[in-house]
This record gives sequence, C-alpha cells and structure tokens, in this order.
Amino acid sequence: MNIPGKKLLLRNEMMLVAAILILSIVINIKSPGFYSFSTLFDLCRASYVQLIFGLGVLIVIISGGIDVSFPMVGIFSAYTTITIMDKLHFSQNGIIIPILMAIVIGVILGGFNAFAIAVLGIPTLIATLGTAGIIRGLMLAGVGSRLIQDLPNGLDHLATSTLIQIRNSGGTLSRLHLLIIPISILVLALGWILRRTIFGRSIYALGGGIESARRLGIPTKKLQVRIYLLVGGLAGLGGLMSVVLARQADPYSLAGSELDTIAAVVLGGASIAGGYGSVFGTVLGVFLIALIRDNLILLGISGSWERAAVGALLIIGIVTQAFIRKMKKRETQESHAEVQK
Amino acid sequence: MQQSEFSALNISKFFGGVAALEDVSMTIKSGTVHCLAGENGSGKSTLIKIMSGVHSPDKGIIKLGQTEFKSLTPITSMMAGVQVIFQDFSLLPNLTVAENIALPSLLQGNAKVVNGREISKIAKSALEKIDISLDLQSYVEDIPVASKQIVAIARALNQDVKLLFMDEPTTALTYKEVKKLFLIVEQLRKNGTTVVFVSHKIAEIQEICSRITVLRNGQVALEGDMAHLTAKDISSAMTGIEISSSKIHIAEPSAEVLLKVENLSSDDVVKNVDFELHRGEILGITGLLGSGRTELAECLFGLKKITDGKVIFEGKEISRLSPPKSKKIGIGYVPSDRLSEGLFLNQNILRNLIAATISNYRNSFGLLNKNRMRQGGQKWAEIMRIKTSSVDAPVTSLSGGNQQRIVLAKWLATQPKVMMLNGPTVGVDVGSKQEILSLVSEEAAKGIAFLIISDDVPELVQICHRVLVMREGRMVQTLKSDEIVEEVIYRELIK
Repeated sequence: MNIPGKKLLLRNEMMLVAAILILSIVINIKSPGFYSFSTLFDLCRASYVQLIFGLGVLIVIISGGIDVSFPMVGIFSAYTTITIMDKLHFSQNGIIIPILMAIVIGVILGGFNAFAIAVLGIPTLIATLGTAGIIRGLMLAGVGSRLIQDLPNGLDHLATSTLIQIRNSGGTLSRLHLLIIPISILVLALGWILRRTIFGRSIYALGGGIESARRLGIPTKKLQVRIYLLVGGLAGLGGLMSVVLARQADPYSLAGSELDTIAAVVLGGASIAGGYGSVFGTVLGVFLIALIRDNLILLGISGSWERAAVGALLIIGIVTQAFIRKMKKRETQESHAEVQK
Repeated sequence: MQQSEFSALNISKFFGGVAALEDVSMTIKSGTVHCLAGENGSGKSTLIKIMSGVHSPDKGIIKLGQTEFKSLTPITSMMAGVQVIFQDFSLLPNLTVAENIALPSLLQGNAKVVNGREISKIAKSALEKIDISLDLQSYVEDIPVASKQIVAIARALNQDVKLLFMDEPTTALTYKEVKKLFLIVEQLRKNGTTVVFVSHKIAEIQEICSRITVLRNGQVALEGDMAHLTAKDISSAMTGIEISSSKIHIAEPSAEVLLKVENLSSDDVVKNVDFELHRGEILGITGLLGSGRTELAECLFGLKKITDGKVIFEGKEISRLSPPKSKKIGIGYVPSDRLSEGLFLNQNILRNLIAATISNYRNSFGLLNKNRMRQGGQKWAEIMRIKTSSVDAPVTSLSGGNQQRIVLAKWLATQPKVMMLNGPTVGVDVGSKQEILSLVSEEAAKGIAFLIISDDVPELVQICHRVLVMREGRMVQTLKSDEIVEEVIYRELIK
C-alpha cells in the first residue's frame, strides 16, 4: 500500500513546482530563449517585494486571520521614512538608518492592528480594513501626497546593486540583484521560526482553534500582539524595498496589491481557515504568480487576461489542495484502522 | 502512598443571579474512579470548571491534597495536578499527534525552540504510560475519534496529573472502544491517578466507578458508594422522578411491506444486505463501528452510491436515490452528528423546526407567511414537548435532548413514511431519552416505519420490534421479540 515517494508527490509544494515547470516549458516552446539567466533574474526582481509582504500575510493566515492593511502599512512606512530623510537632508550612503526607520514605523502601525484585534476583539478582516483606511488618510493628509523622486544616496545605490552579472550571447548584461541575499536569509529565518520555535508552533496552534490553544496554555492575546507587530515590521520593510526598486516614493503605489499577495500565499498552500501554510509554499506561490504576470504576453495572450489567469489559477490551486487533503485523510485513517486491529 | 483527598466544599456559584451551583460538596478519595453524574444543565460542567480554575466560586473552598484554595486559576490548578479532558478534547486538528501531546509541557517549561525528536520522545513516553502506540506524525484531524481521545489522555498524563476529569468521554465511542477506554482508566487508577468520570450512562458508571456524586439543578442529589446503589437509585436521583427503563409499549406493525431491500451492496462497506421494513415497524440496526450500519442508512438516503442490489419502496423499484428524491418519496434521515449535520446552529428554534418544510409556508406570491411559520413552529414545539421559554431562543440554548427533538420534528413535519435515526439518543440525558423513545413509538403507531441505527443496547431492547445485527458489511443476524434482550445483543455485537 505504501508507495515510496507517494507522500512527497502528494505535497502541495510539489504540485506548484510541477505547475511552474509545465508553464515554463510551454512558454519556452512558444518563445524559444525563455530559459535564460536574464529571465530568471528578472523573475527574482519581480518577486522580492511581494515575497516580503507574502511572508507577513502567511503568518497572519496561519494564525487564522487575514490582513489587508499591509500595502498601506508598507507604503506609509516607506513614504514617511523618505520624507523624513528628505527633510533632514539625509543624503549619506548609509542604508541601515532608513531601513530600521521603516521597520519601526511598520511595527508601530502593526500595533494599531494588534490593539484592534487582541484588545478590542475585532475580527481581523474588519480591523485591518479599518486601519488600512486610517493609515492611508493619515499619510495623504498628514505626511504628503507628492511623488518623491530623489532618494537618499544609499538607497539609490541599493537600487542598482548587483550581486552577479552575466554577459549574454547578445552582448547584453543580466544582473542578479543584491537583495537576493538578505531576502533569502529572511525566508530561511522565518521558515525556521515557524517550524522550530514555540512562537512559530503557537501561531499554528492559534490557527487550529483559539479556544483549544488557550486551554493548551498559550497566551493567545499576547501571541496576537506579537504576530501583528512582527507583520507590521515586515510590511514596513516590504514597503521600503518597493520604493527602493522603483527608485521613487509614490504614495499612491501598492494600493490594491493586497489581493495578488493573498492569492499567492493561498496558492502556496496556506489555508484561509487558518492553521496551514509554509514558507516554501509561499515562495513558490509568489514565483508562480510573477511568472504568469510577466510572461502571459509571450504566450500570445493579451495582458488584459492577467487578472483572469491569476483568478483561475487560484481556484484550480484550491481545488487541488482540497483533493490532496482528502487523499491524505483516507491514507491516515486506513493506517490507523490497521493499528486498531 | 499518602491518603490525600480532593474536595470541593460548600461551593456556590451564581451567573447573573441564577444559581448554577448551590452549596455543593464533593469529596474524591485519592486513587479511585469517582463518577460525577447529572443531566444536562445540572451543574456538572460548572463544577469541573471551578475545580480546574476556569471559574471562581462565589462561596466555598477547594481542597487539593493538603492545600486549600478560595479560588483557582487554570495555572494554579494545573500546578496542583488537575487536568481536564473536555468533551470536544480541545485538540488542535492541524498539528501532529506528537505536537498535541508535547506542546503543553514545552509551554510550561518555557521552551523557546523545539525539535521534532524531542517532541516525539515526550509524546512516546506519555503513550507508553497507557501502553498504546499511535502514528505520531499523523495530523490529528485525520485520525479517528477513538485515537483523538487517546491523544487527549496522553496529553494530560504528560503533565504530572493527580486528578483527571473526563467529561463524557464515551459519547463518541463505540462499544468496543468504550471497553478499551475502561482498561486505560483502570490502568491510570493503578498508577495512582484519581479519575473523575463524568457521564450519564448508568451501565458505564456501574462498571467503572466506585463512588458517585449526582447533581440535580445545581445541588447534590446523591452521594454514595456504587456498591450500595442500584441503577434505579441513580436514575431517579438524576431525574428526580422514577424512570422505568422497561420496554416501552409499541403497537403491532402492519403486515404491509413498505420498504424492501434486496442484495444491497456499496463498495466494500455494505455487502449483500436483505431486509424488509413494515409500515409502523421499529427496526433496529446495530453493529460495531465499521460494521456498515451508518453506510447502509446513507445508501438508503442516497448519500452513498449503491453499487449493486435493489431498493423497493411501496412496491416500486427506486433507482438512483439522492437526498432530495428520498425526501420527496418519504424517506427521512437524521444523522448521528446532529450538531454539524442536523441543525442550523446560528438560527433560532422556530426556524430550525420548520426548515425542512419551508415551502409549505409560502403564500400565493411565493413569499413566506410569518404568522403561519410561527404557528407551525409552535405546534411542533408543543408536540415535541420542547422545553424553552420561547421559540425565538437560539437553538444552541437548548440541551442535547431538546436539540435532538428539534431535528426529529423537522423531519416528522415532512410527513415521511420511513424515518431513519442514527444514534437518536447519543449525548442525551436519561429523562430526554425516554421522551424521545416514547415519541418514536407514538409516531410508529400512526404508521411511520422507523429504522433505528444504534449501538445503545438498552435502547434497542426498549423500543424495537426486530433488531438486525451487522458485521463487516453483512447482515449476520435477525433478532425477534423474545430474542431482543441485552445479553443476546451484546453477545452478537462482540462475536
């Protein structure tokens, strides 16, 4: 009954890997030359920001909540940081200070969510919808609504920092952005936290059932506060990175990007009902959506279909996940029935 | 070992002016299995919550061993060695068996980092205490109920438990699984754990407990040694009335065959089943978990695909059954899990009562007539003797017995010819159980045929004309009038 490797095949992550492979093969047939470093590096660059946001969303979804405020938290943190830098005529090469500042602002804004959710007990969707509105209003009315095009020197340099560059046969250069290193570290660190720390396992426990988690001895309110502070910090970082990569601070950017990010995380195997999800799945989900968004045109499909493609993918992904769960459940019950005999 | 005791002394607890407990005292001798019995709403849960620190009492003291407490918190109670296995087990479905067992002790030990090997080690050692091995890496949501219960027990054992409350632990278990649970309880007792067994199933209480405290309306109705008490003493203490669990009067069924099942099979779970059901007959179908008893009912209601055989209803062969079709021709089914499958939990009593017959309350424009809905709901609440101040109250405010009557009423309102009831009195207290069974016999006398799927043997004895026994998907025995006695059915069940 036990086919080796069956367990591996039945994992959601493997389905995503397969989807990415098949899609890329099809694209490569339609448009030879797709398989190249330049494609890979571009895809990475297109994924960085969504990945940072996605990690935050993942944590919230595992804990049984949903966060729609992260784009606003992100852009508020980034835009305010740039504005302050601008006012202070901070034009040095340092990048630590602005990054820390954006993260701290993100954590403070995350505190709004934490207060609304853990203290006032408001459902997470409503709470974050509310804070998103407040934060946007505060930024546009209080901080500014002007497009800022000159970033501090350090951040500007970061925008074009390259880790590796490879000369293509055509003579053009393909560049892998330096950000791949800190982002990989972030991904690994969060993966470790979620799998191997009591804090991480408590987040899963919270998503499995808040009442059961409390009876287990988990301080659920304190945990929620920590979750939303952490996620706020991640959103602040994500916001600043989006500004860096765009090389301008546009207060109107990022609005509306929440649905794509949530779709990527859910596609990555996170259950909207809470309790399930993995960092690896989220990485793949983000990558798959970036692949579709950037390359639909190579398949000869009009860019207008991008939204429809992401939507269809989401539905197919969720149906597949439900199927996988059913198969797993059947297998487990069979093996337990054998034990009982 | 030192002879210490656990006691609650003169406890009173009020909720908004209503007394949930009034001057209740209970003393549990160390190293015994003590029963806490009482009907739903008698104050059992409140007492458990007070002893485990969830609620604090308004009056009275709690003694755990040598220490006296005016009130407890969940942490102090756990530190003193009190653990509760709640009826819903309070497990986390999305975590593994090992994590569910090991997490609380890791949390208490203030660990920051975990590793899989350590978790498995903790879980394994807890399971070894009760001599059971489970697949530690399975997700809890995937494992059967009996295994979930074992996980809950192992988790409690992990935390140096001295006093273990088990809140109605047998509700979801079959006969065989209950036997296994009793062995575990006995082993716990031998190892020095004191167990409080909360139940209202008298046969089980008599088998496992040495002392009993019965609560009724928030007061102690009876406390004593099991050796000096009869089943009748206990049930009258619980209900406050004398209940005879003798056979309920059932009218003779008619000779007319209403439903005939020939050679029915479904995959590997139901195999070549034949039987006839007469108008007005109450037919019991029993068997252990996995015997195919539930699947048989699901086939007849169209929930499960029939792979072979015939279903003949009122002389006509019925093919391709589906729930709407079954409902239309007059077959009703009340599933065993009434909470998730039989009730709209967030709706009121009235709406639940008329849910299956909602189309009867339309006026000529197709809109619902509120007055007639109310009349209809109230009529059924009366017929079913549902105890509530108003039909507008939420259905969750009712006790298990009253909820089950609502599910029953909902179906009877559709005027079915055949009613299939799966575990009709599971989780229902003694008093309500008798009322539900009398309702069934009254309706049968009016000509409805009942299929009672159950492994509650006394209930089958009380009410059935015939009892069919299933084993591994097959119908292996038909018991008639004189053969329907408890010993015979038990023997057939565990053969």
